[in-house]
Amino acid sequence: MATIETSTWTTKVGLARMLSGGVIMDVVTADQAKLAQEAGAVAVMALERVPSDIRKFGGVARMSDPKLIEEIKAAVSIPVMAKCRIGHIAEAQILQQLEVDFIDESEVLTPADEEHHIDKHEFRVPFVCGCRDLGEALRRIGEGAALIRTKGEAGTGNIVEAVRHMRAVTRGIRELAGMRDDELYAAAKELRAPLDIVRQTATLGELPVPNFSAGGVATPADASLMRQLGAQSVFVGSGIFKSEHPERVARAIVMATAHWDNAEILAEVSTGLGEPMHGLELSEIPAEERLALRGW
Amino acid sequence: MAAPSPIDRAPRSRVGILALQGDVREHADAIREIGGEPVSVRLPRDLVGLDALILPGGESTTMRNLIDRYGLREPIRAFADGGAPILGTCAGMILLAARIANGDEPVLGLLDVTVRRNAYGRQLDSFEADLSVPALGAEPLHGVFIRAPVVSELGGGVEVLARDADERPIAVRQGNILATAFHPELTSDRRVHRLLLEMIGQ
Repeated sequence: MATIETSTWTTKVGLARMLSGGVIMDVVTADQAKLAQEAGAVAVMALERVPSDIRKFGGVARMSDPKLIEEIKAAVSIPVMAKCRIGHIAEAQILQQLEVDFIDESEVLTPADEEHHIDKHEFRVPFVCGCRDLGEALRRIGEGAALIRTKGEAGTGNIVEAVRHMRAVTRGIRELAGMRDDELYAAAKELRAPLDIVRQTATLGELPVPNFSAGGVATPADASLMRQLGAQSVFVGSGIFKSEHPERVARAIVMATAHWDNAEILAEVSTGLGEPMHGLELSEIPAEERLALRGW
Repeated sequence: MAAPSPIDRAPRSRVGILALQGDVREHADAIREIGGEPVSVRLPRDLVGLDALILPGGESTTMRNLIDRYGLREPIRAFADGGAPILGTCAGMILLAARIANGDEPVLGLLDVTVRRNAYGRQLDSFEADLSVPALGAEPLHGVFIRAPVVSELGGGVEVLARDADERPIAVRQGNILATAFHPELTSDRRVHRLLLEMIGQ
Protein backbone atom coordinates (compact mmCIF):
# COMPACT_ATOMS: atom_id res chain seq x y z
CA MET A 1 0.00 0.00 0.00
CA ALA A 2 1.30 3.38 -0.94
CA THR A 3 -0.20 6.56 0.51
CA ILE A 4 -2.76 6.21 3.23
CA GLU A 5 -5.37 8.92 3.64
CA THR A 6 -7.48 8.97 6.79
CA SER A 7 -10.68 10.87 7.61
CA THR A 8 -11.64 11.46 3.98
CA TRP A 9 -15.15 12.36 2.86
CA THR A 10 -15.48 8.79 1.51
CA THR A 11 -14.60 7.20 4.86
CA LYS A 12 -16.98 9.58 6.68
CA VAL A 13 -19.98 8.97 4.41
CA GLY A 14 -18.86 5.34 4.15
CA LEU A 15 -19.42 4.78 7.87
CA ALA A 16 -22.88 6.33 7.53
CA ARG A 17 -23.60 3.89 4.68
CA MET A 18 -22.49 0.98 6.89
CA LEU A 19 -25.13 1.97 9.45
CA SER A 20 -27.95 1.70 6.87
CA GLY A 21 -30.80 -0.61 7.78
CA GLY A 22 -29.74 -0.57 11.43
CA VAL A 23 -30.92 1.00 14.65
CA ILE A 24 -28.89 3.57 16.62
CA MET A 25 -29.92 3.46 20.26
CA ASP A 26 -29.58 6.11 22.99
CA VAL A 27 -27.87 4.67 26.09
CA VAL A 28 -26.97 6.32 29.40
CA THR A 29 -24.84 3.56 31.00
CA ALA A 30 -22.32 0.92 29.90
CA ASP A 31 -24.84 -1.80 30.83
CA GLN A 32 -27.47 -0.27 28.57
CA ALA A 33 -24.86 -0.08 25.80
CA LYS A 34 -24.14 -3.80 26.15
CA LEU A 35 -27.83 -4.61 26.13
CA ALA A 36 -28.25 -2.50 22.98
CA GLN A 37 -25.37 -4.27 21.25
CA GLU A 38 -26.71 -7.71 22.18
CA ALA A 39 -30.15 -6.73 20.92
CA GLY A 40 -28.62 -5.88 17.53
CA ALA A 41 -28.06 -2.11 17.63
CA VAL A 42 -25.79 -0.94 14.84
CA ALA A 43 -24.38 1.88 17.02
CA VAL A 44 -25.10 3.54 20.35
CA MET A 45 -25.49 7.21 21.26
CA ALA A 46 -23.78 7.85 24.61
CA LEU A 47 -25.79 10.32 26.69
CA GLU A 48 -26.22 11.37 30.32
CA ARG A 49 -29.99 11.61 29.92
CA VAL A 50 -32.35 10.39 27.21
CA PRO A 51 -34.36 13.20 25.59
CA SER A 52 -37.55 12.59 27.62
CA ASP A 53 -35.51 13.11 30.81
CA ILE A 54 -33.79 16.17 29.32
CA ARG A 55 -37.30 17.56 28.84
CA LYS A 56 -38.26 16.82 32.46
CA PHE A 57 -34.94 17.97 33.93
CA GLY A 58 -34.99 21.33 32.19
CA GLY A 59 -32.07 23.75 32.46
CA VAL A 60 -29.16 23.75 30.02
CA ALA A 61 -28.43 20.37 28.40
CA ARG A 62 -24.73 19.95 27.51
CA MET A 63 -22.29 17.38 26.15
CA SER A 64 -21.98 14.27 28.37
CA ASP A 65 -19.15 13.74 30.84
CA PRO A 66 -16.17 12.19 28.99
CA LYS A 67 -15.99 9.54 31.73
CA LEU A 68 -19.41 8.20 30.72
CA ILE A 69 -18.42 8.23 27.04
CA GLU A 70 -15.19 6.33 27.80
CA GLU A 71 -17.09 3.72 29.84
CA ILE A 72 -19.52 3.15 27.01
CA LYS A 73 -16.71 2.98 24.43
CA ALA A 74 -14.99 0.33 26.54
CA ALA A 75 -18.20 -1.71 26.89
CA VAL A 76 -19.06 -2.29 23.22
CA SER A 77 -17.41 -3.04 19.86
CA ILE A 78 -20.04 -1.26 17.73
CA PRO A 79 -19.61 2.45 16.83
CA VAL A 80 -20.20 4.96 19.63
CA MET A 81 -21.74 8.36 18.90
CA ALA A 82 -22.05 11.35 21.20
CA LYS A 83 -23.86 14.67 21.07
CA CYS A 84 -22.53 18.21 21.18
CA ARG A 85 -24.52 21.44 21.29
CA ILE A 86 -25.32 23.19 18.01
CA GLY A 87 -22.40 25.49 17.19
CA HIS A 88 -20.30 24.34 20.16
CA ILE A 89 -16.93 23.87 18.47
CA ALA A 90 -15.10 23.11 21.72
CA GLU A 91 -17.47 20.32 22.75
CA ALA A 92 -16.99 18.82 19.28
CA GLN A 93 -13.19 19.06 19.65
CA ILE A 94 -13.43 17.23 22.98
CA LEU A 95 -15.58 14.48 21.48
CA GLN A 96 -13.09 14.10 18.62
CA GLN A 97 -10.28 13.88 21.17
CA LEU A 98 -12.24 11.07 22.86
CA GLU A 99 -12.30 9.28 19.48
CA VAL A 100 -16.03 8.81 19.28
CA ASP A 101 -17.04 7.37 15.90
CA PHE A 102 -19.71 9.97 15.04
CA ILE A 103 -20.67 13.36 16.52
CA ASP A 104 -24.32 14.40 16.58
CA GLU A 105 -24.60 18.19 16.49
CA SER A 106 -27.95 17.97 18.17
CA GLU A 107 -30.99 20.13 18.84
CA VAL A 108 -31.72 17.84 21.81
CA LEU A 109 -29.03 19.77 23.70
CA THR A 110 -29.32 23.50 24.35
CA PRO A 111 -27.88 25.40 21.36
CA ALA A 112 -24.60 27.28 21.91
CA ASP A 113 -24.87 29.45 18.81
CA GLU A 114 -28.10 30.85 17.40
CA GLU A 115 -26.63 31.71 14.02
CA HIS A 116 -23.85 29.30 13.10
CA HIS A 117 -23.58 25.56 13.02
CA ILE A 118 -20.16 23.92 13.33
CA ASP A 119 -17.91 23.87 10.23
CA LYS A 120 -17.87 20.09 10.15
CA HIS A 121 -15.39 19.87 7.26
CA GLU A 122 -12.75 21.02 9.76
CA PHE A 123 -13.14 17.84 11.81
CA ARG A 124 -11.75 14.36 11.25
CA VAL A 125 -14.73 12.65 12.91
CA PRO A 126 -17.91 12.42 10.82
CA PHE A 127 -21.00 14.40 11.92
CA VAL A 128 -24.72 13.73 11.82
CA CYS A 129 -27.19 16.64 11.94
CA GLY A 130 -30.95 16.94 12.19
CA CYS A 131 -33.30 18.62 9.74
CA ARG A 132 -36.96 19.46 9.36
CA ASP A 133 -36.97 20.03 5.61
CA LEU A 134 -34.79 19.80 2.52
CA GLY A 135 -33.20 23.24 2.86
CA GLU A 136 -32.01 22.49 6.38
CA ALA A 137 -30.66 19.10 5.26
CA LEU A 138 -28.70 20.64 2.37
CA ARG A 139 -27.31 23.46 4.52
CA ARG A 140 -25.99 20.87 6.99
CA ILE A 141 -24.45 18.82 4.17
CA GLY A 142 -22.85 22.01 2.90
CA GLU A 143 -21.25 22.47 6.32
CA GLY A 144 -19.91 18.91 6.14
CA ALA A 145 -22.51 16.61 7.73
CA ALA A 146 -21.85 13.04 6.50
CA LEU A 147 -25.25 11.82 7.62
CA ILE A 148 -28.65 13.51 7.93
CA ARG A 149 -31.49 12.56 10.23
CA THR A 150 -34.90 14.11 10.26
CA LYS A 151 -35.44 15.67 13.68
CA GLY A 152 -38.91 14.59 14.68
CA GLU A 153 -39.66 15.73 18.22
CA ALA A 154 -37.25 13.93 20.56
CA GLY A 155 -38.42 12.53 23.86
CA THR A 156 -42.12 12.43 22.94
CA GLY A 157 -42.63 8.87 21.70
CA ASN A 158 -44.85 10.57 19.14
CA ILE A 159 -43.97 9.85 15.51
CA VAL A 160 -46.00 12.66 13.96
CA GLU A 161 -43.15 15.19 13.67
CA ALA A 162 -40.70 12.62 12.27
CA VAL A 163 -43.27 11.84 9.58
CA ARG A 164 -43.81 15.53 8.82
CA HIS A 165 -40.06 16.13 8.46
CA MET A 166 -39.36 13.02 6.37
CA ARG A 167 -42.23 13.82 4.02
CA ALA A 168 -40.96 17.41 3.71
CA VAL A 169 -37.48 16.20 2.75
CA THR A 170 -38.60 13.59 0.22
CA ARG A 171 -41.20 15.94 -1.30
CA GLY A 172 -38.52 18.60 -1.65
CA ILE A 173 -36.21 16.14 -3.41
CA ARG A 174 -38.95 15.07 -5.85
CA GLU A 175 -39.56 18.72 -6.71
CA LEU A 176 -35.86 19.36 -7.30
CA ALA A 177 -35.50 16.24 -9.43
CA GLY A 178 -38.27 17.49 -11.70
CA MET A 179 -36.70 20.90 -12.33
CA ARG A 180 -34.86 22.18 -15.39
CA ASP A 181 -31.21 23.05 -14.78
CA ASP A 182 -31.91 26.77 -15.04
CA GLU A 183 -34.55 26.51 -12.31
CA LEU A 184 -32.06 25.18 -9.76
CA TYR A 185 -30.53 28.65 -9.15
CA ALA A 186 -33.81 29.98 -7.80
CA ALA A 187 -34.40 26.71 -5.94
CA ALA A 188 -31.04 27.05 -4.19
CA LYS A 189 -31.94 30.60 -3.21
CA GLU A 190 -35.29 29.49 -1.80
CA LEU A 191 -33.77 26.52 0.00
CA ARG A 192 -30.95 28.78 1.28
CA ALA A 193 -28.56 25.98 0.36
CA PRO A 194 -25.31 25.76 -1.67
CA LEU A 195 -25.98 25.48 -5.40
CA ASP A 196 -23.57 22.60 -5.99
CA ILE A 197 -25.31 20.46 -3.38
CA VAL A 198 -28.73 21.41 -4.72
CA ARG A 199 -27.57 20.32 -8.21
CA GLN A 200 -26.11 17.08 -6.88
CA THR A 201 -29.35 16.25 -5.05
CA ALA A 202 -31.45 17.01 -8.13
CA THR A 203 -29.29 14.71 -10.26
CA LEU A 204 -29.19 11.86 -7.74
CA GLY A 205 -32.87 12.11 -6.83
CA GLU A 206 -31.80 11.66 -3.21
CA LEU A 207 -29.55 13.34 -0.66
CA PRO A 208 -25.81 12.94 -1.38
CA VAL A 209 -25.44 11.38 2.10
CA PRO A 210 -27.64 8.79 3.84
CA ASN A 211 -30.91 9.98 5.35
CA PHE A 212 -32.05 8.47 8.65
CA SER A 213 -34.95 9.27 10.93
CA ALA A 214 -35.08 10.29 14.59
CA GLY A 215 -37.33 11.83 17.21
CA GLY A 216 -40.41 9.92 18.31
CA VAL A 217 -39.73 6.32 17.24
CA ALA A 218 -41.17 4.16 20.05
CA THR A 219 -42.48 0.96 18.44
CA PRO A 220 -41.47 -1.53 15.72
CA ALA A 221 -44.31 -0.16 13.60
CA ASP A 222 -42.87 3.37 13.92
CA ALA A 223 -39.52 2.09 12.62
CA SER A 224 -41.21 0.40 9.67
CA LEU A 225 -43.25 3.52 8.93
CA MET A 226 -40.14 5.69 8.75
CA ARG A 227 -38.38 3.23 6.45
CA GLN A 228 -41.44 3.11 4.19
CA LEU A 229 -41.31 6.91 3.98
CA GLY A 230 -37.67 6.82 2.88
CA ALA A 231 -35.49 6.62 5.99
CA GLN A 232 -32.55 4.25 5.55
CA SER A 233 -32.26 3.74 9.31
CA VAL A 234 -33.68 4.95 12.61
CA PHE A 235 -32.36 6.53 15.79
CA VAL A 236 -34.30 5.46 18.86
CA GLY A 237 -33.94 7.61 21.96
CA SER A 238 -36.27 7.30 24.90
CA GLY A 239 -38.39 4.65 23.14
CA ILE A 240 -36.32 1.72 24.33
CA PHE A 241 -35.15 2.37 27.86
CA LYS A 242 -38.35 4.19 28.86
CA SER A 243 -40.47 1.17 27.90
CA GLU A 244 -41.54 -1.61 30.26
CA HIS A 245 -39.28 -4.24 28.64
CA PRO A 246 -36.29 -2.49 27.03
CA GLU A 247 -34.60 -5.63 25.73
CA ARG A 248 -37.74 -6.93 24.05
CA VAL A 249 -38.49 -3.54 22.51
CA ALA A 250 -34.88 -3.13 21.34
CA ARG A 251 -34.86 -6.53 19.60
CA ALA A 252 -38.27 -5.92 18.07
CA ILE A 253 -37.27 -2.52 16.64
CA VAL A 254 -34.09 -4.05 15.16
CA MET A 255 -36.16 -6.77 13.47
CA ALA A 256 -38.75 -4.27 12.26
CA THR A 257 -36.09 -1.99 10.77
CA ALA A 258 -34.53 -4.88 8.81
CA HIS A 259 -37.85 -6.46 7.75
CA TRP A 260 -39.68 -3.14 7.38
CA ASP A 261 -41.78 -4.24 4.41
CA ASN A 262 -42.79 -7.67 5.73
CA ALA A 263 -46.11 -7.29 7.59
CA GLU A 264 -46.03 -10.90 8.79
CA ILE A 265 -42.75 -10.32 10.66
CA LEU A 266 -43.89 -6.87 11.85
CA ALA A 267 -46.99 -8.43 13.41
CA GLU A 268 -44.89 -11.14 15.05
CA VAL A 269 -42.31 -8.78 16.58
CA SER A 270 -44.95 -6.27 17.72
CA THR A 271 -46.67 -8.91 19.86
CA GLY A 272 -46.39 -8.91 23.65
CA LEU A 273 -43.88 -6.09 24.07
CA GLY A 274 -45.50 -4.71 27.22
CA GLU A 275 -46.09 -1.02 27.87
CA PRO A 276 -44.27 1.26 25.41
CA MET A 277 -42.87 4.57 26.65
CA HIS A 278 -45.57 6.99 27.73
CA GLY A 279 -45.98 9.35 24.81
CA LEU A 280 -46.53 13.10 24.65
CA GLU A 281 -49.15 14.75 22.49
CA LEU A 282 -47.47 17.59 20.59
CA SER A 283 -50.14 20.14 21.54
CA GLU A 284 -49.14 19.58 25.20
CA ILE A 285 -45.67 20.96 24.47
CA PRO A 286 -45.34 24.76 24.43
CA ALA A 287 -43.58 26.12 21.34
CA GLU A 288 -40.55 27.27 23.35
CA GLU A 289 -40.02 23.68 24.53
CA ARG A 290 -40.06 22.17 21.02
CA LEU A 291 -36.59 20.81 20.36
CA ALA A 292 -37.04 20.55 16.59
CA LEU A 293 -37.27 24.35 16.29
CA ARG A 294 -33.64 24.65 17.35
CA GLY A 295 -31.13 24.88 14.50
CA TRP A 296 -31.20 27.15 11.48
CA MET B 1 -24.96 -18.44 -37.65
CA ALA B 2 -26.34 -14.94 -37.21
CA ALA B 3 -25.34 -12.92 -34.20
CA PRO B 4 -27.64 -13.78 -31.32
CA SER B 5 -30.46 -11.34 -30.76
CA PRO B 6 -30.64 -9.87 -27.26
CA ILE B 7 -33.33 -12.37 -26.35
CA ASP B 8 -31.01 -15.37 -27.00
CA ARG B 9 -28.33 -14.08 -24.63
CA ALA B 10 -27.46 -16.03 -21.52
CA PRO B 11 -29.74 -15.03 -18.66
CA ARG B 12 -28.33 -12.37 -16.35
CA SER B 13 -26.63 -13.71 -13.25
CA ARG B 14 -28.88 -13.44 -10.24
CA VAL B 15 -26.76 -12.19 -7.35
CA GLY B 16 -28.26 -12.28 -3.88
CA ILE B 17 -27.26 -9.55 -1.41
CA LEU B 18 -27.83 -10.20 2.26
CA ALA B 19 -30.13 -7.25 2.89
CA LEU B 20 -30.58 -7.33 6.67
CA GLN B 21 -28.33 -4.35 7.37
CA GLY B 22 -25.39 -2.51 5.82
CA ASP B 23 -24.43 -1.04 2.46
CA VAL B 24 -26.79 -3.22 0.44
CA ARG B 25 -27.69 -0.55 -2.13
CA GLU B 26 -24.06 0.09 -3.02
CA HIS B 27 -23.53 -3.61 -3.80
CA ALA B 28 -26.79 -3.75 -5.74
CA ASP B 29 -25.70 -0.76 -7.84
CA ALA B 30 -22.32 -2.42 -8.52
CA ILE B 31 -23.96 -5.67 -9.65
CA ARG B 32 -26.44 -3.85 -11.88
CA GLU B 33 -23.60 -1.85 -13.43
CA ILE B 34 -21.84 -5.01 -14.64
CA GLY B 35 -24.99 -6.61 -16.02
CA GLY B 36 -26.07 -8.78 -13.09
CA GLU B 37 -29.45 -8.81 -11.38
CA PRO B 38 -29.29 -7.99 -7.64
CA VAL B 39 -31.77 -9.80 -5.40
CA SER B 40 -32.42 -8.93 -1.73
CA VAL B 41 -31.92 -11.84 0.67
CA ARG B 42 -33.52 -11.54 4.10
CA LEU B 43 -35.13 -14.96 4.62
CA PRO B 44 -33.99 -18.51 3.71
CA ARG B 45 -36.52 -18.73 0.85
CA ASP B 46 -34.83 -15.76 -0.87
CA LEU B 47 -31.76 -17.92 -1.64
CA VAL B 48 -33.65 -20.08 -4.14
CA GLY B 49 -32.45 -19.71 -7.72
CA LEU B 50 -29.46 -17.46 -7.00
CA ASP B 51 -26.12 -17.79 -8.83
CA ALA B 52 -24.00 -15.99 -6.21
CA LEU B 53 -24.31 -14.20 -2.89
CA ILE B 54 -22.82 -11.04 -1.38
CA LEU B 55 -22.48 -10.39 2.36
CA PRO B 56 -22.18 -6.58 2.53
CA GLY B 57 -20.39 -4.18 4.85
CA GLY B 58 -22.14 -3.08 8.02
CA GLU B 59 -22.03 -4.24 11.63
CA SER B 60 -21.30 -7.94 11.95
CA THR B 61 -22.88 -8.21 15.44
CA THR B 62 -26.14 -6.79 14.08
CA MET B 63 -26.11 -9.08 11.05
CA ARG B 64 -25.34 -12.11 13.24
CA ASN B 65 -28.49 -11.34 15.26
CA LEU B 66 -30.67 -10.98 12.19
CA ILE B 67 -29.20 -14.08 10.51
CA ASP B 68 -30.00 -16.23 13.54
CA ARG B 69 -33.48 -14.87 14.22
CA TYR B 70 -34.82 -16.29 10.93
CA GLY B 71 -32.50 -19.29 10.59
CA LEU B 72 -30.24 -18.19 7.72
CA ARG B 73 -26.97 -19.84 8.83
CA GLU B 74 -27.61 -23.36 7.55
CA PRO B 75 -29.26 -22.27 4.28
CA ILE B 76 -26.27 -20.01 3.49
CA ARG B 77 -23.82 -22.81 4.31
CA ALA B 78 -25.79 -25.20 2.08
CA PHE B 79 -25.75 -22.55 -0.67
CA ALA B 80 -21.94 -22.39 -0.40
CA ASP B 81 -21.64 -26.20 -0.29
CA GLY B 82 -23.51 -26.27 -3.59
CA GLY B 83 -20.55 -24.43 -5.12
CA ALA B 84 -22.06 -21.00 -5.69
CA PRO B 85 -19.58 -18.15 -5.11
CA ILE B 86 -19.92 -15.85 -2.10
CA LEU B 87 -18.27 -12.44 -1.65
CA GLY B 88 -18.00 -10.92 1.83
CA THR B 89 -16.80 -7.33 2.29
CA CYS B 90 -15.68 -6.04 5.72
CA ALA B 91 -18.47 -7.26 8.05
CA GLY B 92 -19.17 -9.89 5.38
CA MET B 93 -15.60 -11.17 5.78
CA ILE B 94 -16.19 -11.49 9.53
CA LEU B 95 -19.40 -13.47 8.91
CA LEU B 96 -17.52 -15.86 6.61
CA ALA B 97 -14.52 -16.48 8.90
CA ALA B 98 -13.99 -19.76 10.73
CA ARG B 99 -12.45 -17.95 13.71
CA ILE B 100 -12.73 -14.46 15.26
CA ALA B 101 -9.68 -13.24 17.18
CA ASN B 102 -11.37 -11.64 20.20
CA GLY B 103 -13.23 -14.83 21.08
CA ASP B 104 -16.59 -14.06 19.43
CA GLU B 105 -18.31 -17.17 18.09
CA PRO B 106 -17.88 -17.53 14.33
CA VAL B 107 -21.05 -17.19 12.25
CA LEU B 108 -20.81 -19.08 8.94
CA GLY B 109 -17.32 -20.61 9.21
CA LEU B 110 -16.95 -20.92 5.43
CA LEU B 111 -13.48 -19.38 5.15
CA ASP B 112 -10.53 -20.98 6.94
CA VAL B 113 -9.07 -17.81 8.45
CA THR B 114 -8.98 -15.96 11.75
CA VAL B 115 -10.14 -12.34 11.48
CA ARG B 116 -9.51 -9.51 13.89
CA ARG B 117 -12.38 -7.02 14.08
CA ASN B 118 -11.68 -3.25 14.08
CA ALA B 119 -8.02 -4.12 13.51
CA TYR B 120 -6.99 -0.59 12.53
CA GLY B 121 -8.80 1.13 15.41
CA ARG B 122 -11.85 3.37 15.55
CA GLN B 123 -13.46 5.55 12.88
CA LEU B 124 -10.63 8.15 13.11
CA ASP B 125 -8.31 5.43 11.75
CA SER B 126 -10.53 4.57 8.79
CA PHE B 127 -8.58 5.20 5.58
CA GLU B 128 -8.22 4.90 1.82
CA ALA B 129 -5.18 3.52 0.00
CA ASP B 130 -4.15 2.04 -3.35
CA LEU B 131 -3.64 -1.72 -3.17
CA SER B 132 -1.68 -4.10 -5.31
CA VAL B 133 -3.94 -7.02 -6.28
CA PRO B 134 -2.01 -9.01 -8.92
CA ALA B 135 -4.92 -11.43 -9.47
CA LEU B 136 -6.99 -8.48 -10.73
CA GLY B 137 -4.28 -7.03 -12.99
CA ALA B 138 -1.39 -4.59 -12.73
CA GLU B 139 -3.54 -1.51 -12.14
CA PRO B 140 -3.76 -0.76 -8.37
CA LEU B 141 -7.15 -1.20 -6.72
CA HIS B 142 -8.32 1.67 -4.52
CA GLY B 143 -9.40 0.32 -1.14
CA VAL B 144 -11.71 2.07 1.35
CA PHE B 145 -11.25 0.69 4.87
CA ILE B 146 -13.89 1.61 7.45
CA ARG B 147 -13.32 0.29 10.96
CA ALA B 148 -11.94 -2.61 8.96
CA PRO B 149 -10.93 -6.12 10.02
CA VAL B 150 -7.77 -7.96 8.91
CA VAL B 151 -6.96 -11.63 8.49
CA SER B 152 -4.67 -12.50 11.41
CA GLU B 153 -4.21 -16.22 10.63
CA LEU B 154 -4.52 -18.13 7.38
CA GLY B 155 -5.70 -21.72 7.09
CA GLY B 156 -4.41 -24.09 4.41
CA GLY B 157 -5.75 -23.59 0.92
CA VAL B 158 -6.52 -19.90 1.39
CA GLU B 159 -5.05 -17.74 -1.36
CA VAL B 160 -4.00 -14.20 -0.41
CA LEU B 161 -5.02 -11.68 -3.09
CA ALA B 162 -3.79 -8.52 -1.32
CA ARG B 163 -1.91 -7.43 1.79
CA ASP B 164 -1.79 -4.17 3.74
CA ALA B 165 1.35 -2.11 4.52
CA ASP B 166 2.12 -4.46 7.41
CA GLU B 167 1.81 -7.51 5.13
CA ARG B 168 -1.45 -8.62 6.72
CA PRO B 169 -3.92 -10.26 4.31
CA ILE B 170 -6.86 -8.00 3.40
CA ALA B 171 -8.27 -9.88 0.40
CA VAL B 172 -8.46 -13.66 0.28
CA ARG B 173 -10.00 -16.45 -1.74
CA GLN B 174 -10.68 -20.08 -0.83
CA GLY B 175 -12.46 -22.04 -3.57
CA ASN B 176 -15.82 -20.34 -4.11
CA ILE B 177 -15.41 -17.96 -1.15
CA LEU B 178 -14.01 -14.46 -1.74
CA ALA B 179 -13.51 -11.88 1.01
CA THR B 180 -12.12 -8.35 1.33
CA ALA B 181 -11.47 -6.25 4.45
CA PHE B 182 -12.19 -3.14 2.36
CA HIS B 183 -15.28 -1.99 0.45
CA PRO B 184 -15.05 -2.43 -3.34
CA GLU B 185 -18.72 -1.37 -3.44
CA LEU B 186 -17.77 2.17 -2.33
CA THR B 187 -15.49 2.87 -5.31
CA SER B 188 -16.19 2.78 -9.04
CA ASP B 189 -13.68 0.00 -9.86
CA ARG B 190 -15.78 -3.11 -10.50
CA ARG B 191 -13.02 -5.73 -10.73
CA VAL B 192 -13.90 -7.50 -7.47
CA HIS B 193 -17.58 -7.79 -8.40
CA ARG B 194 -16.63 -9.00 -11.90
CA LEU B 195 -14.42 -11.66 -10.33
CA LEU B 196 -17.43 -12.85 -8.32
CA LEU B 197 -19.49 -13.21 -11.50
CA GLU B 198 -16.62 -15.02 -13.24
CA MET B 199 -16.54 -17.53 -10.37
CA ILE B 200 -20.12 -18.63 -11.14
CA GLY B 201 -20.04 -22.17 -12.50
CA GLN B 202 -16.27 -22.58 -11.96
